[in-house]
Amino acid sequence: NLLCPGARCGANLCRLMSIRSVSVDLNNDASLLIDIPDALCERDKVKFTVHTKTTLSSFQKPEFSVPRQHEDFIWLHDTLVETEDYAGLIIPPAPPKPDFEGPREKMHKLGEGEATMTKEEYTKMKQELEAEYLAVFKKTVQVHEIFLQRLSSHPILNKDRNFQIFLEYDQDLSVRRKNAKEMFGGFFKNMVKSADEVLISGVKEVDDFFEQEKTFLLDYYSKIKDSTAKAEKMTRSHKNIADDYIRISSLMYQQKITRILIYTHIVVTMSFVSLQKVEGRVASDQELKLTELLRYYMRDIQAAKDLLYRRARALADYENSNKALDKARLKSKDIPQAEEHQQQCLQKFDKLSESGKKELTSFKGRRVVAFRKNLIEMAELEIKHAKVRSSIQLYYICFIMCTNELQYAWGICKILCEQI
Amino acid sequence: MFVLLCFQSGPASLTTEDLSTNANGPKQASLFDDDPDDLFAEATEEVSLDSPDRDVLLSDGPSPAITPMTPPTSVITPRIGHAHDDMFTHSSFDEFCCVLWLNVVFLVPGDGMNAYMAYKVTTKTSMSLFKLREFSVRRRFSDFLGLHSKLASKYLHIGYIVPPAPEKSIVGMTKVKVGKEDQSSNEFVEKRRSALERYLMRTVKHPILLKDPDVLQFLESSELPRAVSTQALSSAGLLRMVNKAADAVNKMTIKMNESDAWFEEKQQHFENLDVQLRKLHASVESLVLHRKELSMNMASFAKSAAMLGNSEDHTALSRALSQLAEVEEKIDQLQQDQANADFYFLSELLGDYVRLITAVKGVFDQRMKTWQKWQDSQMMLQKKREAEAKLQFNNKPDKLQQAKDEIKELEMKVQQGERDFEQISKTIRKEVGRFEKERVKDFKSTVIQYLETLLQTQQQMIKYWEAFLPEAKAIS
Repeated sequence: NLLCPGARCGANLCRLMSIRSVSVDLNNDASLLIDIPDALCERDKVKFTVHTKTTLSSFQKPEFSVPRQHEDFIWLHDTLVETEDYAGLIIPPAPPKPDFEGPREKMHKLGEGEATMTKEEYTKMKQELEAEYLAVFKKTVQVHEIFLQRLSSHPILNKDRNFQIFLEYDQDLSVRRKNAKEMFGGFFKNMVKSADEVLISGVKEVDDFFEQEKTFLLDYYSKIKDSTAKAEKMTRSHKNIADDYIRISSLMYQQKITRILIYTHIVVTMSFVSLQKVEGRVASDQELKLTELLRYYMRDIQAAKDLLYRRARALADYENSNKALDKARLKSKDIPQAEEHQQQCLQKFDKLSESGKKELTSFKGRRVVAFRKNLIEMAELEIKHAKVRSSIQLYYICFIMCTNELQYAWGICKILCEQI
Repeated sequence: MFVLLCFQSGPASLTTEDLSTNANGPKQASLFDDDPDDLFAEATEEVSLDSPDRDVLLSDGPSPAITPMTPPTSVITPRIGHAHDDMFTHSSFDEFCCVLWLNVVFLVPGDGMNAYMAYKVTTKTSMSLFKLREFSVRRRFSDFLGLHSKLASKYLHIGYIVPPAPEKSIVGMTKVKVGKEDQSSNEFVEKRRSALERYLMRTVKHPILLKDPDVLQFLESSELPRAVSTQALSSAGLLRMVNKAADAVNKMTIKMNESDAWFEEKQQHFENLDVQLRKLHASVESLVLHRKELSMNMASFAKSAAMLGNSEDHTALSRALSQLAEVEEKIDQLQQDQANADFYFLSELLGDYVRLITAVKGVFDQRMKTWQKWQDSQMMLQKKREAEAKLQFNNKPDKLQQAKDEIKELEMKVQQGERDFEQISKTIRKEVGRFEKERVKDFKSTVIQYLETLLQTQQQMIKYWEAFLPEAKAIS
């Protein structure tokens, strides 16, 4: 079936998971450990197995697993965002919807073009696409896992009742989700998106810290959004090159052409080019690191901006309540209510400012640490791969020059292929 | 087994002594023939068919084709000349020592379309054929085309594989003439220069063609009569197109009884090769395009990363991001150079061979035509003999004499036809052998040069990333 492998990738997934693409401060606190050890892809839906290990008494069991869908994660995120008490916190960004559109479209095209390519080429491209599919799969699992781990490591959010339900409730959450939708109707989200920039920049800031943060975050967000888009384009180009190499190497692998060309050098080129194919995929994995890093922090910065928005709204509310109080005093009507309202607004605003300051400071620290780790890892990977590639190329050059003996060619090529 | 040379810097220090120990090593087939579909079991057999050539191949083994590492910018075009420097040292098997190259290109001004690009052709030789050891002439594109058409008319029909000339490109040339000084027109000029150089080198590498007076004149004489029939859209050009079409139709109707298995096999071989090379060429062209895209995307990412670095308020991270932007920009430049290498080494080589294979197929067609001519004259002879028998029967003495004379003529024609056919068959066999040998050398030297560029790219990348690493580690 071309459209969806329907793979349960248990073992593969665990192995691949050891290379985390984005590093975030994961929960080191052993009292609540969450991970997604397994996931199943069925048609369009991905079913995650959320596994929890805890020493906290608030949970019924010390270890348990539940099946969850992407929509359940979104429900959890939205309820957290709409909880008044958490207005002063940066809510970890919701994981993006699993997007298999790219590889699926390619699979479709491959199926259509099957007649025009050789069996060898078709097999190779299919394998490549399956690997791509697996990579998207792995990525989506990681992103969902990181979301949960961010929550579990947050001292306030990890005590949220809905979070607990999400982790523990062993029935289908879709009923609860529907109720939530009816209550909020996605209204808040729309409001935030459209009023965002205007309100944040329009409000007169009294606090230097927030003034600076506001300027910084607005500017940084647009820059990082641009960088993410450009990094994605780079990754796509790398993939195109890798696909070209596959086509070239499969053409050269064909019996006919190698028998016809029968020259050592061409054999070597052929194997070399197929190594280049691997290089292509490796290069794009590295870039994925960069792209994923940028993409993750772009979303995180959006969450920070949302915090600023909520605070700005609270400030606006407070200013409005002041005006209402003045009006009430002028009219000598409903003064105690107005005073009460003004006090509430002030309290809310102060609470948001205090918690917001803490959140934004720790956010900066988190960001710097993550960038550092990922940039180092990316550079180290680039160096390692370039070294492997260049020593292999060196072997090939020596080899071509050394010998016209064809039976050596095949053997050496095999050995070198195993090196990658 | 074979010497594993492990060093990080370029292979410039490889000496022939290091390599020669294993060039003619004993066949240790046992070690490596564990592969069930060993694609090359047949291959060794095929090589051994041309046994004298095989020895030549082996002695070419430790070829000093590795030139010292040239910096990336100048590694753009394959110097077929360099690859054949070994001609001078291996002159024992061939008196043929002639190297040439094309450079210094300049636009000769003229009004509008009358302007043309002049190429300077420099020849360096030790052969007594030429008057001087080193000399230069000025030629224009139509001169090359003229040379080719002269050689084709002289040698194709007797079975020599005449290297095809580069194709005309009205669009490309117009841009240059109009005086557009930009990247694409520079690339076009370089592409054409390189193609003309390869064309000339292939022509002079042919031992028969080299001695042709037209070739000698082309290389040596300062003035050359303007080749008229090569103008685009000229009447002569149209006529040639029509002739080509007619040829194609004829080919389809000739049904030759192939008695020689060698020819049948070789024809099939070249048919297949044609198809495969065209596909390969298309894939490599796609690769070149994508690599150019990658380079563009890297450049724009580098700019974006630089801006992100400026925006970042954490000092060390900001510096690291700016450094990242610089690294990406440098690597983008590397990728561009690599794209050029992909193009000039692989793509153009494959393109040349696609055209060469067409020339080879043309030669096989000529053989068929020769056979057809022979058969036609044989049929005519048969008819005339029948007519003669009839005349004898009807006793017409005067017509009989005429018939006998005609028969004698035809007999000679038939004999000549047979001789021509045998001659062309013999020539083709030699030519194909020479072609295959040249192809090995060509691919080998080009592949080595290509690999060198890849190697260089990798080593540069290592340097850039190693310089970046401490910056990333310095973030705190």
